[in-house]
Amino acid sequence: MTEQFEPVIVGFLCNWCSYRAADLAGTSRIKYAPNMRPIRVMCSGRVDPQFVLSALRNGADGVLIAGCHPGECHYVNGNIKALRRFTLMKDTLEQWGIEDDRVQLLWASASEGAKLAEAVNRMTEEVRALGPLRWSEKVLTGNGAAQPAVKEA
Amino acid sequence: MSEHKEHNHPQEKVGVYVCHCGSNIAGTINCGEVSEWAKDNPHVEVSRDYEFMCASTGQELIEKDIQEKGLTRVVVASCSPHMHEKTFREATERGGLNPFLFEMANIREHGSWATNDKKAATQKAKALVNAAIDRVVHHQPLEKIPVEINPSTMVVGGGIAGITAALDLADAGHHVYLVEREGTIGGHMAQIDKTFPTLDCSACILTPKMVEAGQHDNITLLSYSEVEQVDGYIGNFQVKVRKKARCVVEEDCTSCGICEEKCPVQVIDEGYGAGLGHRKAIYRAFPQAVPGYPVLDKENCIYFQTGKCRACEKFCPTHAIDFDQEDEILNVDVGNIILATGYELFDARKIPQYGYGRLENVFSSLEFERMINASGPTGGHVVLRDGKTEPESVAIIHCVGSRDKNYNEYCSKVCCMYSLKFAHLVHEHIPGAEVYNYYIDMRTPGKGYEEFYNRLLKEGTHFVRGKVASISEADYLPGEEGKLIIQSENTLLGKQQRKPVDMVILSAGMDPQPDAEEIGQLFKAGCGNDGFFSERHPKLAPVATMTDGIFIAGACQGPKDIPESVAQGGAAASAVAKLIGQGTVMMEPIRASVREEECSGCRICNTMCPYNAIEFDEEKEVSRVITALCQGCGTCVAACPSGVIDGAHFTNTQVLSEINGILWDVQTEHEKATA
Repeated sequence: MTEQFEPVIVGFLCNWCSYRAADLAGTSRIKYAPNMRPIRVMCSGRVDPQFVLSALRNGADGVLIAGCHPGECHYVNGNIKALRRFTLMKDTLEQWGIEDDRVQLLWASASEGAKLAEAVNRMTEEVRALGPLRWSEKVLTGNGAAQPAVKEA
Repeated sequence: MSEHKEHNHPQEKVGVYVCHCGSNIAGTINCGEVSEWAKDNPHVEVSRDYEFMCASTGQELIEKDIQEKGLTRVVVASCSPHMHEKTFREATERGGLNPFLFEMANIREHGSWATNDKKAATQKAKALVNAAIDRVVHHQPLEKIPVEINPSTMVVGGGIAGITAALDLADAGHHVYLVEREGTIGGHMAQIDKTFPTLDCSACILTPKMVEAGQHDNITLLSYSEVEQVDGYIGNFQVKVRKKARCVVEEDCTSCGICEEKCPVQVIDEGYGAGLGHRKAIYRAFPQAVPGYPVLDKENCIYFQTGKCRACEKFCPTHAIDFDQEDEILNVDVGNIILATGYELFDARKIPQYGYGRLENVFSSLEFERMINASGPTGGHVVLRDGKTEPESVAIIHCVGSRDKNYNEYCSKVCCMYSLKFAHLVHEHIPGAEVYNYYIDMRTPGKGYEEFYNRLLKEGTHFVRGKVASISEADYLPGEEGKLIIQSENTLLGKQQRKPVDMVILSAGMDPQPDAEEIGQLFKAGCGNDGFFSERHPKLAPVATMTDGIFIAGACQGPKDIPESVAQGGAAASAVAKLIGQGTVMMEPIRASVREEECSGCRICNTMCPYNAIEFDEEKEVSRVITALCQGCGTCVAACPSGVIDGAHFTNTQVLSEINGILWDVQTEHEKATA
């Protein structure tokens, strides 16, 4: 019997909505895939594309960015900025051959624990179906694509 | 297991504490294994697991280790930071370290409670602990930012919640600006005739409060006014208020009412009168209005529409009418803001099968409130739309627009009780009338509420358990002619049934204000899925919002009856009074700052900031963060193309180290795969 591939997904959760949604999922004892590893940021607008690249480069098979619903951002409209960056970034990721399902954006309010849990389950299955990312093959050697410039912290 | 990444801070000594939380964590995660494993991380000086880290004995462990083992950083793996971050920061501080040299790994809410898979949960816990260790070594000591609190407060909305909040603060000696967009304070409570379950007269208990608020030395009442702009932050808000022109000079008006009397225009009173009854073009909503100055409704005023009339001006004994009056813009500085903007009655027209607005003898609950009010348009007589016929049978439909996936999923909480009140009042006004209450479930939680229900059961009201399918005039059985036919299910009998009645009252639920979202954005208070303002915590912080210094009270937070709204008004006032008493608050030092010497002056960050907290120094050609305005979202940090904005406590180095740390186990596989 071969072991099922367990993808690792890094989740960037905003402090006010999505991190609390994950808290609520836990408090409500909703069971969901343990594959998502959450990192708290104050706002989804803080998610610098280099965080996503860093996660993928360091072995994550997928990245989830989760923020408050549009119009509900704790910081007025940081989530909209996240959406814009996300759209731009997806374009680049696509050119590198990184599949669409690997990097996802989700709106989950503090009351939507069940929604967050469902999204993590779904994404885990989607990334599982894609298999391991193999960043080096795709990005470093893939079709002569240049190595992305990642800002050094 | 020595796959830890190299670190730049080998000198840091981290203490790791893995909490069992009784069996909450230890039941799923092998805490001993996690804490043993953490010792392999080269930064870790000491690693322990303990039954309850939040207990005083757990906190003492941290303090003792800092002092005896010379720890420089602390990691606690336990619950959510929203639960106990404060607790452990304080323990870290008591041990002698800066409280921000602490990091929490959330292995309960995000770990043990989220899965039954013990192996996977333990593995995830290790990832979270490792991420916290790798992050915490890059933490910098930070100082909280003291902010002075302006002792003035703004209360937005002059219903019973807002009035209560304003009076409580004013009585405590603090100045309050009470802003109300209508011409008078009072809100919905002023429209109601009797209050359940005591049946005391609503106006009799409300108007003294209104007068008190109107005359209080510490209250500046800004009626017929709306907030246009809010800047600043807790302790220091600058609010721009538009005081709309009411075409009456307040200093000269004596509230004699002659203008109202002389005005020749009759307008259907859609506001206070709920569409039942009329008012003039210059009017006070009701005689006890506070303030007593009338408002001139330009849309219906003959002078404004045709240039003729001016009857009010002619007859006003003090010459207080000013047709040229213009809106006034007031700039008000306050320390805190309480939103008490209330609700709107669900519009029963949205349910066409109930016929409201189409079938003339279908009334909304607020219409009925006005009808049974002795000072209302029918003088307190329960009559059909013709204004004279007393109904012999009345149907009261509960849950109109509530508990219905097509409209509002939530229960509006007050409708069962006011429907019972209506039934009682119909009996009282028309002895012998048949009253039918159609309900889904009878919900009467509250002091004296169930007793009131029992009283109604004895009064002869017919209770039909079932949702009404339709209300129509489609008669075909004898006795149905000219009646309204209620088609419903009776779930207790398991039957469909028809009931002809003379009058129908729709017990409509509570909607959020139609502009709640706009108001929310103005004050940076978010709305939930139901459209009502979201509280900071559903149980422990019901009147605070996510924005410091902005509080909510009453039905703007969700459906509420009068006692609950009053309680929230008082709670919000006391939350504000606490802050005023403190004089200063300490703010989280999570703020951005620009390394000016490296800033290219591109100004990309300037437009990114939602708080206009970034200014551009024209002389040096660099951007600079105004710390007092910065809220710490980090959008500018992510946007800076040169990476020279630092977001304190969420620096690039800290987050990237956390990312590295959280992937401790997969990184090496990846490296193997590419080797």
